[in-house]
Amino acid sequence: MSDTTQHESPQLLDRVVIRFAGDSGDGMQLAGDRFTNTSALLGNDLATFPDFPAEIRAPAGTLAGVSAFQVHISDHAISTPGDSPNVLVAMNPAALKANIESLPKGATVIVNVDAFEERNLAKAGYADNPLSDGSLAAYTVYEVPMTSITTEVSRDAGVKPRDAERSKNFFALGLISWLYTRPTEATVAWIEQRYAGKPLILEANLRAFKAGFHFGETAELFESSYQVRPAALDPGEYVNITGNTAVAWALITAATQSGLPLFLGTYPITPASDILHELSKHKQFGVRTFQAEDEISGIGAALGASFGGSLGVTTTSGPGIDLKSETMGLAISLELPLLIIDIQRGGPSTGLPTKTEQADLLHAMYGRHGEAPLPIVAAKTPSHCFEATLEAVRLAVKYRTPVILLSDGYLANGTEPWRLPDLVDLPVIDPGFATAPNHTDDDGNEVFWPYLRDPETLARPWAPPGLAGLEHRIGGLEKSDGSGNVAYDGPNHEKMTRLRAAKIAGIAHDIPPTDVDDQDGAEVLVIGWGSTYGAIAAGVQRVRARGHKVAQAHLVHLNPFPADLGEVLSRYKRVLVPEVNLGQLSRLLRAEYLVDAISFTQVQGIPFRAAAMEAAILQQIDGTAEGFAAAEDRAAGGPSPAHGSTPTRKVSDS
Amino acid sequence: MTDLADAPPPAVPVPVTTRKDWSSDQEVRWCPGCGDYSILAAVQMLMPELGVRRESSVFLSGIGCAARFPYYMNTYGLHSIHGRAPAIATGLATTRPDLDVWVVTGDGDALSIGGNHLIHALRRNVNITILLFNNQIYGLTKGQYSPTSEVAKVTKSTPFGSLEQPFNPLSLALGAEAGFVARTHDMDRKHMMETFRRAHAHRGASFVEIYQNCNVFNDGAFEQITGKEHRTDMLIPLVHGQPIRFGAEGEHGVLLRSDGSLEVVEVSDVGEEALLVHDEHRDNPGLAFQLSRLARGPYEPTPIGVFRDVDRPEYGAEMARQIDEATIRRGAGDLDALLRSGSSWTVN
Repeated sequence: MSDTTQHESPQLLDRVVIRFAGDSGDGMQLAGDRFTNTSALLGNDLATFPDFPAEIRAPAGTLAGVSAFQVHISDHAISTPGDSPNVLVAMNPAALKANIESLPKGATVIVNVDAFEERNLAKAGYADNPLSDGSLAAYTVYEVPMTSITTEVSRDAGVKPRDAERSKNFFALGLISWLYTRPTEATVAWIEQRYAGKPLILEANLRAFKAGFHFGETAELFESSYQVRPAALDPGEYVNITGNTAVAWALITAATQSGLPLFLGTYPITPASDILHELSKHKQFGVRTFQAEDEISGIGAALGASFGGSLGVTTTSGPGIDLKSETMGLAISLELPLLIIDIQRGGPSTGLPTKTEQADLLHAMYGRHGEAPLPIVAAKTPSHCFEATLEAVRLAVKYRTPVILLSDGYLANGTEPWRLPDLVDLPVIDPGFATAPNHTDDDGNEVFWPYLRDPETLARPWAPPGLAGLEHRIGGLEKSDGSGNVAYDGPNHEKMTRLRAAKIAGIAHDIPPTDVDDQDGAEVLVIGWGSTYGAIAAGVQRVRARGHKVAQAHLVHLNPFPADLGEVLSRYKRVLVPEVNLGQLSRLLRAEYLVDAISFTQVQGIPFRAAAMEAAILQQIDGTAEGFAAAEDRAAGGPSPAHGSTPTRKVSDS
Repeated sequence: MTDLADAPPPAVPVPVTTRKDWSSDQEVRWCPGCGDYSILAAVQMLMPELGVRRESSVFLSGIGCAARFPYYMNTYGLHSIHGRAPAIATGLATTRPDLDVWVVTGDGDALSIGGNHLIHALRRNVNITILLFNNQIYGLTKGQYSPTSEVAKVTKSTPFGSLEQPFNPLSLALGAEAGFVARTHDMDRKHMMETFRRAHAHRGASFVEIYQNCNVFNDGAFEQITGKEHRTDMLIPLVHGQPIRFGAEGEHGVLLRSDGSLEVVEVSDVGEEALLVHDEHRDNPGLAFQLSRLARGPYEPTPIGVFRDVDRPEYGAEMARQIDEATIRRGAGDLDALLRSGSSWTVN
């Protein structure tokens, strides 16, 4: 972007990162989302990162109220929303101030100059106007009167000036659409459909969008427009999908593939609520959504539905997972299928409701009284939430156990293109309900024993009410192996405790081995879990592009770990564990395998940047303090060299 | 997806059963003399009369002495965690309208730790029958005061007397929009069976408070009204459509005063036509609420029987209706169409 010259035809770029920023009420999420959609239809690979405050409408014009949407589009495979924007669209001074630090020198800044008046400057904490005090000299700044043009074009449309002004996000969208040569048809059609019931607003938005587009074309402000060509993705049909939508669709898919009616018991909480919203739309699949009185009731009702033979699911985040612990313990004791989906956010307590973190791993692992193990599955990208959810359901049903699925705020709201699966390739999940008595008692009667286990999986039979001859009572008290009758004796408790643990541990043999992206001769392994996948992949690619060797592994199953994990870890001299927490997986790896796992952590409510990941990996490769300094210098010097030919990985976020 | 509840009912008629068929093989472990025994007997004796199947009956409970109840019923059963039974029952009853779901709870379970779940299950009108064993004490934890204990009660945790205003369970249920509210007591099996029968027949959430004696930690709590020699003068049987009268000769009655309050009167003083006529089906719960607190405690004449029985839309049925309507409007769910419902594009 920095070496722009006069061009008649659009200049080609291999990738670009754009950040739309404005007030919470300015419609930046919508503008970013529409731009993303158009780019997806154009065939770019992409990744997005919405970043918004917890307040619905923080005081207008303040730093606290800034809402941003970052989108990374490219002509090749990428795995992150980009470390830093090439272009910032700032709708007011606060949006500029909140984001300018994240821009590399030479980046483009497009501001709504109308908003840079005294009152807004003061609210943002600017003593002088940054547009005129020389503080933006390192950037290419375009001052565009977005508010006044937007109001002007709708003057004769019968729209109140205050309403017309609200369309300025569409002006910005139009301008950026022109700058990056996006076709307008899809957005025009979307506006016409979305605002069909409000003709005046429809007209104002349409006029603003077109005005923005034409402004770019005619204002001669910009030296050139740009083009990012389609990426060579695998053939297939794609949609752009958020992690939360992928979870919701996977739940419906799991219900279809298992024949189990889907029941979601949940309580609204950011950033998990969108799963409830999405599922509640699709009742024609027989989906029952229950908005409970609290988190406890949400999981309780889900467990009740599971007892009745449904696929019981609960969703939550933050403090909600604490409140569900008690019922998870009951589900472990009852040995019934149940899915607990935790969309992690910054903690402790209310913490950072709209920001991402992956600090619930140890809670998922150990956050219950007593010996209470359960399987943990973690999604690694927005679209992978689909596959991870199906896997969690498979384990829950097959092993008659609650399963925790870990996602996070970044995956929940971020998007990426998802190649739609072929329905025939989807796994079939067999509920395998009990159908007949399974034991002969001392008197020769055929009876049903609810805790008579499958010798292979150690799972107990699932017998929902309704079948004569299988009546049985279960509960949270310790029970006898086999008969399930209440039993307090010590040896039986030890047997049951070890059986419950062995059942979960045995899953290690029913999951794929560790997925290692190895390089012959690599001595450093970077191993992660969850949403760090994209940043780690990008960091690894950068390191390899420099000619270094490094291996990458990413864990989807966190309890139990893949059976070969210990052996995999032992192959490398150094094991680096990047996490958005203070070192939780690293602790588990150290405890389980006595490996000297090196923890690399950050907790700022945002995903890792690829540059930071690159530096951390290089530090391990160099193994010296000087090596780290050199790596930091390299990272600070702007984008790394263009992606080279790496034999094992297609991803390139540089 | 198939719906378990859609399975056609088996063609076999409901088998004739006896109390024995409804009793599990588990040894009952309540303290000797506990009021729970008579409640269990009343339920086990009632079940053969209801024309229901064992396999379609589920007893759910939380924690407490009463919560052991499901282990003793030869049906499907779930002994869950403290206070959560109404929440768990909501998931079960909503997904399985073919089942009879009973929730057995106590004053601590339902009104203390589980208060939130109770009021919301009643408000939503989930199709469950709640039997609340009220003994005004914590039994399983060995004798602390409960949310229904009287003020100044001396217990292990309140050696100088409790400071808390108790809940009136029926007032609470009525305030929570319950459609069926009744009270009975453990000394009268016939009255219990009749009350449970009515509660079971009601579609939606039914709430029954049972005065139950804890002979170990709160013996005689209800003796002044349920003792054989006191009953006729201290219990006020509510009969739909009848003037509210009690006493050996029906000499006492309940009068609605001009200020809207209720008063126990002598019929000879006011005349029978002046008495309040009980109407279970009155939409406004105001009079039922007044009746629920006619006695300040179990030492004054206390109404028993069905206070309120009104029909409201049942939660599970309403949820099923929305599913049916969505299915008629859009056709049965099509997974392929769902996955392609966003704007999709094709890479060749």
